[in-house]
Amino acid sequence: MSTTLNASRRNFLKTGAVLTSGLLISFTVPGAKKLGGATPAVLGPQSGAAFAPNAYLNITADNEILVYLAHAEMGQGIWTTLSMMIAEELDVDVNKMVVQHGDAWTPYNHTMFGIQITGGSSTTWSEFDRYRKAGATARALLVQAAAQKFGVNPADCKTENGVVTAGDKSATYGELATAAAALPAPGDMPLKDPKSWKYIGKGVKRLDTPAKINGTAKFGMDMQFPGMLTAVVLHAPVFGAKVKTVDSAKAKAIAGVRQVVQIPSGVAVLADNYWAAKKGRAALKVDWDLGSGVKVDSVAMLAEYKQLAQKPGTQAGKAGDVDSAMSKAVKTVEAEYVFPYLAHSPMEPLNVTIQLKDGKCEIWTGTQMPGLDQGAAAKILGLKPEQIRVNTVFLGGGFGRRATPSSDFVGEAAEIVKASGKPLVKMVWSREDDVKGGYYRPMFLHKITAGLNAQGLPIAWKHTIVGQSIMEGTLFAGMIKDGIDGSSVEGVVDSPYMEAIPDRLVTLHSPKNEVPVLWWRSVGHTHTAMAMEAMIDELAHAAGKDPLAYRQELLKSSPRHLAALNLAAEKAGWGKPLPAGRFRGIAVHESFLSFVAHVAEISLNEDGTIKVHRVVSAIDCGLAVNPDGVKAQIESGINFGVAAALHGEITLENGRVKQGNFNDYVVARMFDTPADIEVHIVESTNKMGGVGEPGVPPVAPAIANAYFAATGKRLRQMPFNKANLLA
Amino acid sequence: MVKLKINQKEYSVDASPDMPLLWAIRDVVGLTGTKFGCGMAQCGACTVHLDGEAVRSCVTLVSRAVGKEIVTIEGLSADPDNYLQKAWIELDVPQCGYCQSGQIMSAAVLLRENPNPTDEDIDSAMSGNICRCGTYPRIRKAIHLAAKMQREGGNNK
Amino acid sequence: MAQTTKNQFFNTKKVVYLLLAATAISSVVVSFRTDAFNGVPAEDKTTVAKAEMAEPDSVISKKAFLQAYKVLMHPRCMNCHPKGDRPLQGDDSHVHTMNVQRGTDGKGLYAMKCSNCHQPQNTPGLHMPPGNPNWHLPPADMKMVFQGKKPRELAMTLLNQNLNGHKDHEALIEHVSKDSLVGSGWNPAEGVAHLPMSRAEFVKHFKTWLDKGAYLPDK
Repeated sequence: MSTTLNASRRNFLKTGAVLTSGLLISFTVPGAKKLGGATPAVLGPQSGAAFAPNAYLNITADNEILVYLAHAEMGQGIWTTLSMMIAEELDVDVNKMVVQHGDAWTPYNHTMFGIQITGGSSTTWSEFDRYRKAGATARALLVQAAAQKFGVNPADCKTENGVVTAGDKSATYGELATAAAALPAPGDMPLKDPKSWKYIGKGVKRLDTPAKINGTAKFGMDMQFPGMLTAVVLHAPVFGAKVKTVDSAKAKAIAGVRQVVQIPSGVAVLADNYWAAKKGRAALKVDWDLGSGVKVDSVAMLAEYKQLAQKPGTQAGKAGDVDSAMSKAVKTVEAEYVFPYLAHSPMEPLNVTIQLKDGKCEIWTGTQMPGLDQGAAAKILGLKPEQIRVNTVFLGGGFGRRATPSSDFVGEAAEIVKASGKPLVKMVWSREDDVKGGYYRPMFLHKITAGLNAQGLPIAWKHTIVGQSIMEGTLFAGMIKDGIDGSSVEGVVDSPYMEAIPDRLVTLHSPKNEVPVLWWRSVGHTHTAMAMEAMIDELAHAAGKDPLAYRQELLKSSPRHLAALNLAAEKAGWGKPLPAGRFRGIAVHESFLSFVAHVAEISLNEDGTIKVHRVVSAIDCGLAVNPDGVKAQIESGINFGVAAALHGEITLENGRVKQGNFNDYVVARMFDTPADIEVHIVESTNKMGGVGEPGVPPVAPAIANAYFAATGKRLRQMPFNKANLLA
Repeated sequence: MVKLKINQKEYSVDASPDMPLLWAIRDVVGLTGTKFGCGMAQCGACTVHLDGEAVRSCVTLVSRAVGKEIVTIEGLSADPDNYLQKAWIELDVPQCGYCQSGQIMSAAVLLRENPNPTDEDIDSAMSGNICRCGTYPRIRKAIHLAAKMQREGGNNK
Repeated sequence: MAQTTKNQFFNTKKVVYLLLAATAISSVVVSFRTDAFNGVPAEDKTTVAKAEMAEPDSVISKKAFLQAYKVLMHPRCMNCHPKGDRPLQGDDSHVHTMNVQRGTDGKGLYAMKCSNCHQPQNTPGLHMPPGNPNWHLPPADMKMVFQGKKPRELAMTLLNQNLNGHKDHEALIEHVSKDSLVGSGWNPAEGVAHLPMSRAEFVKHFKTWLDKGAYLPDK
């Protein structure tokens, strides 16, 4: 890694935490504990099981093995992976465990980030020790209890499938639970030798599948209680606009509508069901004070960004003297890459159910940050955090949208409860609320000039990045160091290509506007990987070299990049002939401590649009705890990346978001995603990395590079949809 | 009050005539396996069978469903001959899982009408069901697998 | 002759309509609404009779077709007469985003049948599915392609009974003037472009084209 990454590197050394990866960023929020994550003592987070050795695992007298997850299941598979870790050490059948999300509770704070969060593709590596130890400790206590009961030495006891045996004596964990609970906690127990692993590295089928295919899995949207009202909010048409006047007469006249209340973010209609609430919302007449947000226009914004990029911004990375080196270049290549705003659009629209009862509060929602949400709701409702129990339910997709530092959706639901005085309310967002509701991946522009020497290798690299900071103005603003939001430059300043370039300068402009922005599956890498890997491809061409060979040369001291790159290239048959009309492109990128290479195979449709037929991928994520789960995540990342590459685009005019639903905020459908996705896992004993996000970043450049192979035309503006392809 | 027959059971539903079937099923009857994703027949999360066809319940008015057989994911799951769900488990298809009820309801119509679908047939049947987790490759494989099980199961009978 | 047929039609409209439907859309049972027929104003019947007796006139005929062509090639009509097997959508006539296929009967395939989303009526709201009880494309064996056709080529297609559902002039006029699904072109979903003329005007031009000799435009 580059030594010029002073800002964020310093932070990393202090805390050792990573969120957005690659570039290592602290995620220790000052005062995080005060913001939430309090023990909900009044409600009790645990089952009341006979044996509760820790916050992650309980065993009942009926021999039920209960697993409590410190992280939220949003599709990435941790419901299964965390359970595997405990089962491995505890010696129980993982398929018989009863799994549930943990409360908002400090024991569930992230082992590195200091708050309770599911994000940064970090669950598996950050919990690998804690969850295994939870299992190992419990097992030791159960063995001790059994040894006492059997009158034998603990060393003579064996455990298997939830039973302790010694000679001809045996007892189930359930039978030993009460006795085990009375024993003092042992110190750190040794963990199993990887050679004896039964589950880890082998694989377990997802434990949540049966419930998710028969309609019984409960998402936040599915919370229903007698007497519950459903609330729908009329949001401001423009970011930052405020309600001036409300005429709710017609809304209130609609059958089923019970109440209309003004809240800071708009006007809420409470009704017996969603349909009545939605009709009520449509009947509202609201005058807005639009404020400055009305001026936001994405076309003008891009023009402004292009202007900004003409001058260097705040220094984010520097080595040598780039201008002097550039003047010695035999050839220079210049490119400008443009990235639109993107909505996350998880399949389950945002929703929150809140119940106030006997001075206590329960919240049911799919959230990636229950502790912060607990704190935010407490503040609004005038309660102490510990009076609020946050029940995390299955998330119908997250992708970052369900991790808002502002707790926007939980806060909004709390405001509705506060304003209406109603004790049991489910707030439901429509798809339009989601698409138009902000918290987007920011619009970005990268302007890069690279100078090549006589051998075609880059000797100078000048790179200006323009885009809103996602940390600015949030609880995490403290992570901005020396004017640099690391998440805006990750993947560039720490790119391995930079290592090979002695003279380089990376600068950042972070313009501000009214559009709320947020991390979006793979955060800064969503744009930096495209900028880097498309540019490297341009340089390979300028150097007259094969794109794979050029990368191999530049990455020769980055073995993990190289391993992924070579494996993907080999499996894809790089260099071998393709059927007529098919073309390949390649890209490799590190993010979230994992290294992923994709080879995309495309053809052009009759109308000139891109058809992606095949993506062959290789990942080095260190140990793959659940290998098929790793593959599933990379497949998922590829299709998420394909959606963004071919379709994703949020635009604004007069402050209004132009898209509203899947008709115009287009995502990937089965027929326009690759029918053939192959994921290969690099045999690796390296440090574990994440898998939820790293599949996304190399997708767009692999496709863009294949398009160049097909047409000789460079794609520098995302998305690669018809309008941009024909522009 | 309208009478709806859902999963072989009669319900008297207090719903306004312009209420989409989705909300009658979810908010009034209380069957939540059928999901709300877009409200405009874009995503297919709300797919149910109406006299055997994979209608998008978010735009299908309750009035259209009167007198017809409505089957939701809960009803489909009660069918022991449903190979789709077996294949879904076998191939670890779901991720977040939110869209999967709709995916399975759509796939069921495909397999009923075409017991041996090609990839192209699957594209034709399934492109109205969005999955943001991108489980499409596994859905495709699972449909092929279910078709195979269905054919072999049929042979064994 | 024409008068006789017309009277027969009005006397036995149900039978004829079903016959028309059977020929126009093979293997498809078309639902119909009698009020649509009862609603035909008396003067229209007279116009039909008079026009049918008109003398051929190539200039008037061609000119009338070019007027009708504006409707036929408008997204509200053409979107369901694509050159491929996928319907088109929207005012820019993009290919239906969900990979909807024609199917043999024109009613879609598997879980993607037209009426799975397109209701008997327009669904209210912007970008909502437009509706008709009989929403469909022409069937696979009678595709009636409009998309991409110049006036002359489209006129040839419309006149060719092997391509047009075995319709003679009279059946063609009946189709454009009475068919409920054709009529839905004049009942667009919210927010999309309207046809450039009323159905009556369109039918008038269409009829004039045929009555004046069904001449093919020059291009």
